[in-house]
Amino acid sequence: MAFFQKKLQTGLSKTRESFWSRMAGIFSGRRIDADLYEELEDILIQADVGVNTSLALTERLRKRVKEEKIADSSQLKPILVQEMTEMLTANEKNGFELQPGRLNILIMVGVNGAGKTTTIGKIASRYSGEGKKVLLAAADTFRAAATEQLSEWAKRAGTDIIRQGEGADPGAVVFDACHSAVSRKCDLLIVDTAGRLQNKNNLMEELKKIGKIIAREAPEASVETWLVLDAGTGQNAISQAKLFGEAVFLSGLVLTKLDGTAKGGVVIGIANESKLPVKMIGVGEGIDDLREFDAQEFATALFGE
Amino acid sequence: MALGGLGERLQDIFSKLKGKGKLSEADVNEALREIRVALLEADVNYKVAKDFAAKVKERAVGSEVLQSLTPGQQVVKIVHEELTALMGAQQAKLQVSPKPPTVVLMVGLQGSGKTTTSGKIALWLKGQGKRPLLAAADIYRPAAIKQLEVLGEKTDIPVFSLGDQVNPVEIATRALEHARTNGNDYLIVDTAGRLHINEELMQELSAIRDKTNPTEILLVVDAMAGQDAVNVAAAFNEQLEISGVVLTKLDGDTRGGAALSVKAVTGKPIKFTGTGEKLEALEPFYPDRMASRILGMGDILTLIEKAQSTIDQDKAKEMEARLRQSRFTFDDFLDQVQQLKKMGNMQDLMSMIPGMGKQLKDVQLDDKQFAIVESIIQSMTADERSNPAIINGSRKLRIAKGSGCQVQDINRLIKQFDQMQKLIKQSNTMQQKNKGKKGKGGFAGMPFMQ
Repeated sequence: MAFFQKKLQTGLSKTRESFWSRMAGIFSGRRIDADLYEELEDILIQADVGVNTSLALTERLRKRVKEEKIADSSQLKPILVQEMTEMLTANEKNGFELQPGRLNILIMVGVNGAGKTTTIGKIASRYSGEGKKVLLAAADTFRAAATEQLSEWAKRAGTDIIRQGEGADPGAVVFDACHSAVSRKCDLLIVDTAGRLQNKNNLMEELKKIGKIIAREAPEASVETWLVLDAGTGQNAISQAKLFGEAVFLSGLVLTKLDGTAKGGVVIGIANESKLPVKMIGVGEGIDDLREFDAQEFATALFGE
Repeated sequence: MALGGLGERLQDIFSKLKGKGKLSEADVNEALREIRVALLEADVNYKVAKDFAAKVKERAVGSEVLQSLTPGQQVVKIVHEELTALMGAQQAKLQVSPKPPTVVLMVGLQGSGKTTTSGKIALWLKGQGKRPLLAAADIYRPAAIKQLEVLGEKTDIPVFSLGDQVNPVEIATRALEHARTNGNDYLIVDTAGRLHINEELMQELSAIRDKTNPTEILLVVDAMAGQDAVNVAAAFNEQLEISGVVLTKLDGDTRGGAALSVKAVTGKPIKFTGTGEKLEALEPFYPDRMASRILGMGDILTLIEKAQSTIDQDKAKEMEARLRQSRFTFDDFLDQVQQLKKMGNMQDLMSMIPGMGKQLKDVQLDDKQFAIVESIIQSMTADERSNPAIINGSRKLRIAKGSGCQVQDINRLIKQFDQMQKLIKQSNTMQQKNKGKKGKGGFAGMPFMQ
């Protein structure tokens, strides 16, 4: 459990306690019947897995119970963990690695309050701590003091930041940042964008423009766009993944605030419905509260030992 | 849209139910299952959804439905009624302290929108001629204080801050003193976002509460929140005894089922909704609209239900007979206006018509229009009401004086009345052509539709 250090354990343990105690009742060697599946669905739904995905999961379980002639519910747990892991890893790949020898650009997008700026601070700190040359672009020129917030993180992480005043054109900030990152031979440029609700067309257009500028000004760079998602989000996350994905090419998710009691089940729902891998997870407000996501370990940690 | 099909699915179920003369328990169960799924997909908490379905079922299989001629519609009505009741039937206002300043403490998770909402509420109060003071007590998030200061600058509302090196409890306490000495009648304290399981930070909120004795403790909840929203709300309520909820980011495409859960779990009313990034985008909460939003069904159903449940059936039959004979008088007109009035607030009614909600967002429909029409008709003599043709210039002058209106208003009403009569005559001829189909008294031509 290299990735899941103590912090995540304690965070998840709270999730686990309530979730698992109910789960335990189900897996306590009961007869496998319709009631049990229904209870299981209810529990998954309660973990924000979503109605569709919960049904899909129990359907898989049903199939395997039949095929493998399982009679005792205590045998269901490892199968469920396995099925969840499979659902989470069906996508290309979870996790993230910096491409060596070239400029990497990460564009962070998401709704308001998802935790974009904080996540950027953590990522910047991690790679800057590894000796990489990191640059931040303050392209959230809309929210009051967003630039100041990112500047504070830049200071803490010991990285440079490209910024303009509030109300400036985010495209211009990104343009500047691309040129600086290329000429300074940075390893990583992270672009902070303003929070936007996915149904606001004009703001989604603005994201497209940012993407175009980056493609034009830094054609050699390896570009990824991550949707930052609050772990406490409900089924609207599905819509977020879909609509942001229509505006820009999303390469992955960052799941934040996993240190609360939110079940984090939304990850499975998203993986199942939008096929987006999870790149990293946020487990606290501290600068090092960032973990990479590993499906197997996540599913296992969610279900107990 | 991911959730788009949901409303349609429910509509289907409901229309199936409506077509039935009698409902079996299996029919009701099937509909309730769909409703439960709809609620879950709208992020209504699992337990709340279950309890809700049980409640509806209890009423639906009871005599209320079985004795009804239209059991399907009755179920729809019950669902909406129960949902609205759960959301809180009344619109809850911001409480005022008898001893100013009124302290409003803003609390919630990280990223729920406390700082922005603080600015919005301050601006809203200022618009009502109040003198709010904002206090920046979020010393943890980088630049949170600066954010509040920028909002204060934009709205020209003072912001009290002591930087990020002073304890939030002390900031709040001194902000209160500052408000007292500077004659501010409201103090809005913006606190740092925190997890409900973080004991130390929850303790800090308790300390702020004890020092400032707030009239309102508003929990700021993200409308996109999932199943965990109830745990969060319950924890904040247990620790602080919140007085209300602000639901933010409601301008997204979320159904906002968390609102229902939070209300159900804490019993505390939702006081405001945040509906945009602009500082003016703060609205009072309408339980009815939220109920419709969560169900995602064409609100026209509600409208029809409302009409059917409030309009006196005997009177309606009487009027229908009169309409058939094309004998529609001002007395009938008055009756219709009064029936409509019983259905509720005009703005709400209009917003239930699918597609109208958005267009009507900035239009103020005036319920006073009803009162004017009523007073004009009531200023007429019985003769004038049954035979409007006799209303001449001097009668108009008298009616205008009696109702406190201008003669132009009387003219306009008479003109509308004439148009309505023409419409009724037309529809009567139409109806004679396709007999068997039941006509409904239209709303078109009513004075508020001008």
